[in-house]
Amino acid sequence: MSNDTNRRDFLGYTFAAVAAVGGAASLVGMKKVWDPLPSVLAGGFTKVDLSGIKAGEPSTIMWRGKPIFVLKKTAEMENSDRDLVIGNDRFTIAIGLCTHLGCIPAWKKSMWKCACHGGEFDASGKQVFGPPPRPLDLPPFSVSGNTLTLGEEGPEYKKIASAMKA
Amino acid sequence: MAKFTKANSVGEWLDQRLNTTALNKVLMTEYWIPKDINFLWAMGVLLATTFGILVISGLFLMMYYKPDVNLAFDSVNYTIMQEVAYGWLFRHMHGVAASVVFLIIYIHMFTGIYYGSYKQGREMIWISGMLLFMTFSAAGFSGYMLPWGQMSYWAAMVITNLFGGVPIIGDALVVWIRGDFNVADATLTRFFMLHVFLLPIVIMGLIGLHFYTLRIPHVNNQSSEDIDFDAEAEKYLSGNKKESKVIPFWPIFISKDLAVLGIFLIFYFYLVFFHYNFAMDPVNFDPADNMVTPAHIYPEWYFLWSYEVLRGFFFDVGPIKAFDIGLAAFGFANAIFLLLPFLDRDPAVLPAYKRPGFNVWFWILMVDLIVLTVYGKLPPTGINAWVGFVSAMLFIILFLVLPIITKADAKKRGA
Repeated sequence: MSNDTNRRDFLGYTFAAVAAVGGAASLVGMKKVWDPLPSVLAGGFTKVDLSGIKAGEPSTIMWRGKPIFVLKKTAEMENSDRDLVIGNDRFTIAIGLCTHLGCIPAWKKSMWKCACHGGEFDASGKQVFGPPPRPLDLPPFSVSGNTLTLGEEGPEYKKIASAMKA
Repeated sequence: MAKFTKANSVGEWLDQRLNTTALNKVLMTEYWIPKDINFLWAMGVLLATTFGILVISGLFLMMYYKPDVNLAFDSVNYTIMQEVAYGWLFRHMHGVAASVVFLIIYIHMFTGIYYGSYKQGREMIWISGMLLFMTFSAAGFSGYMLPWGQMSYWAAMVITNLFGGVPIIGDALVVWIRGDFNVADATLTRFFMLHVFLLPIVIMGLIGLHFYTLRIPHVNNQSSEDIDFDAEAEKYLSGNKKESKVIPFWPIFISKDLAVLGIFLIFYFYLVFFHYNFAMDPVNFDPADNMVTPAHIYPEWYFLWSYEVLRGFFFDVGPIKAFDIGLAAFGFANAIFLLLPFLDRDPAVLPAYKRPGFNVWFWILMVDLIVLTVYGKLPPTGINAWVGFVSAMLFIILFLVLPIITKADAKKRGA
């Protein structure tokens, strides 16, 4: 210890160090209290049967409290590299929340239109008008036969996700 | 310990132990107020009263409200509105006061701006006031969520989604704030805690700070005259009341405040009994449904101007997305008023009508805020989108040019 550090300073620094550790630990605890509960995290998987879906009429499925749009494309609809191809069918799978501020866009003839701020998305989920900054988000999913499991990252998901990033 | 003699009255007993005579002087009978102020300076007392109404009516509502997604809607719309005796009265008093408190805050704020009350020496009054405004906004929003109607739900959805704009951690931050993947029970209960406990406590602390900030620089006045409060108080206390430029807050000045308060309360109870609907959006009488968005969502009137700044930018500029521009503009709109004392480069404290450039600036800002408020409620399509864009741009430009305008005013006066 140098000459200008006395025992009182040492006690002060020690107290400050203990208080800092305690304070940081409390902050971690407070942060974790606001994290989603285990029951919320565990309920995050939903199965969807794709065989009954009619072309050109999107259906909405609830997953993690969010709407998921599943649209089987008709022949006139443009192909896109985010299409999920199963046999001869092409599907658009998207989280049905406008990427602007999270309203649910409604299907009007050939596109999803958001009433809140006028955003529009085409049949491939791509934003074509208004403030949305990116296409409708892709939920993680896996495919086996005609069944889609939302909440799991399958190889088809990874392929589409990397195509969307490019 | 101080020496205690036998007290002859309850007042004397308290004075010996709590020094109530000195406290009463500092807070009331020798708290000096300039004579030259008009009814616009009564807004502080109006706000304190309205906040009192909010706390008391809120306590009564809280006794029957149930913070649970399955029970909240009915506890408000059935139990409180139908079953509890006078429950409807407390709800309407609470709802109307929550709306009216913002009207008075805005009058209070723009009075301060017009008379230059945020300047030189009074910066802390302004900053603590703006912190109060922000906390009131958070309290207003968290309370709006609690009835768990459609508008409540989607307001929560939109506001929590705004945090998704934070770089890198945005998406995780939104889930953390909500406590779920979407707005759900965890979100409701934590906003309930914020609304009924944490934010009111913070507001009370800030009100204390806001009052204290007035103590040293004192209240401004209509002509922004620089009064020597000590000398004027001396005159008043020596009996020269007519010549003194100040009067004590209690019991002299408060009588004027109470007269204005009386008129305000007539207006307030007129709204509570005959026009409570303006603070009750019809969409919010549909229970929250996370699978259906209402056709057109908008906030309460007092947030419309900043909402319109948020959505005013509807096209991308080069690589920057419209969403990010809107979000940045929204952040700017909500933070820039805090910096007002430092953007105003005029060294003198003067009312706006004595500062030609600033006067024009002030009234353009007023008109722009009204336009933003009106268009914030209209659907953002066609020409409305462009009006929104122009007025949002104008709002930002006004604050960017403020230092230049105020500097030019000072130069013209020869300062």
